[in-house]
Amino acid sequence: MALQTPQPSPRVFVDPLVTSNPITLQVLGLCSALAVTSSVLPALIMSAAVIAVLVFANVSVSLLRHVIPSTIRLIIEVTLIATAVIVVDEVLKAFMPEVSAVLSVFVGLIITNCIVLARVESFAMQNGVWASTLDALGNGIGYSWVLILVATVRELLGAGTVLGYRILPTSDGGGWFEPNAMMLQTPSAFFLLALLVWCLQCARRRQDASAAQPERDTTTA
Amino acid sequence: MDLATLAFRTAFVENLALNYLLGMCTFIAVSQRVSTALGLGAAMTVVLSITVPLNFLLFEYLLTPGALAWLGLGFFDLSFLRFVAFIGVIAAFVQILELVLERYSPRLEHALGIYLPLLTVNCAILGASLFMVQRAYGFAESVAFGFGSGAGWAIAIVLFATIRERVDEQHAPAGLRGLGLAFVVTGLLALGFAGLRGIEL
Repeated sequence: MALQTPQPSPRVFVDPLVTSNPITLQVLGLCSALAVTSSVLPALIMSAAVIAVLVFANVSVSLLRHVIPSTIRLIIEVTLIATAVIVVDEVLKAFMPEVSAVLSVFVGLIITNCIVLARVESFAMQNGVWASTLDALGNGIGYSWVLILVATVRELLGAGTVLGYRILPTSDGGGWFEPNAMMLQTPSAFFLLALLVWCLQCARRRQDASAAQPERDTTTA
Repeated sequence: MDLATLAFRTAFVENLALNYLLGMCTFIAVSQRVSTALGLGAAMTVVLSITVPLNFLLFEYLLTPGALAWLGLGFFDLSFLRFVAFIGVIAAFVQILELVLERYSPRLEHALGIYLPLLTVNCAILGASLFMVQRAYGFAESVAFGFGSGAGWAIAIVLFATIRERVDEQHAPAGLRGLGLAFVVTGLLALGFAGLRGIEL
């Protein structure tokens, strides 16, 4: 976490995409990742909301980092995050009422999404504005692709559609595909994430066999 | 619906951890040992059974549209402030709980260690308060709901930690060990709890 380069290196942006992905390796922000992924549209909106909040929180904390007293920094950080979430929630309610209804409490729960607090606390408090923006975007996108991938698989196998468009003709409509209703239930999100983690871990292991051992302990952090 | 039924429903049928997937970060991260899982579950139950009713009072008498009529400010609608207000109440309560435990039960405080402050950012707690608003519970109902959801979360994490203590000793494929298996086990547990969903009380 202690990236202290004077010039923000592209690694700040690239690393969280795969090699230190917030969901699959750092186990952050799981709640929303699993709950909003039964179809693609809410996952897309949720991703956009999380990226917006992350960027706002990281930038504002980075700007204020020399002013914030360290004893009450958590309260200030949480207040800043909550402010951003209120704005996002009101915008969603005004312009996309039906998506807002699907997401229900999960927009509000971005406040307690560990990714946001973790980035603010471990990165924005020590780094400049530009680096913090890149870090927020990198983590936001790293979070989003996992979310959207899981949502795509669940909607495709659970209903035969992606974003509401029919991809696999279901047997009800005269096609061959038998939708798997299990995919729309919450447990399937866990199984898909487990598979994803497995793939990523194996890919990483192959990449550098020497670093294989410490990976086992990622969950103890 | 009477209160005992509501508490039972929230604890089992609509379990916050396994059905709504709230508080998952802590759930996966702090479930290596049954003893810490028990302590965390107890802390969750206490915090939830108190913060949900507190937030209910706050919402009902300060934030809901027209709530400020007693100040002659009936035209105010402050309900958009609920996120900040709720998280403030939760953070303050967790802090108070820490101080009280430190003063009267240092052993328990020591056992819970860093997990106590972590409760502030546990989405299950904020989530329960937001559900309370969304479902328009009354005061007594919010007490039952808070307690039920805390107890349900505690049951889920203790079950999970018990299974995990055994699973971690097995020879699983290398890439699946740790996090991967934790997901699989949680998925199976969630499947089990989903079986309770048909119960209409």
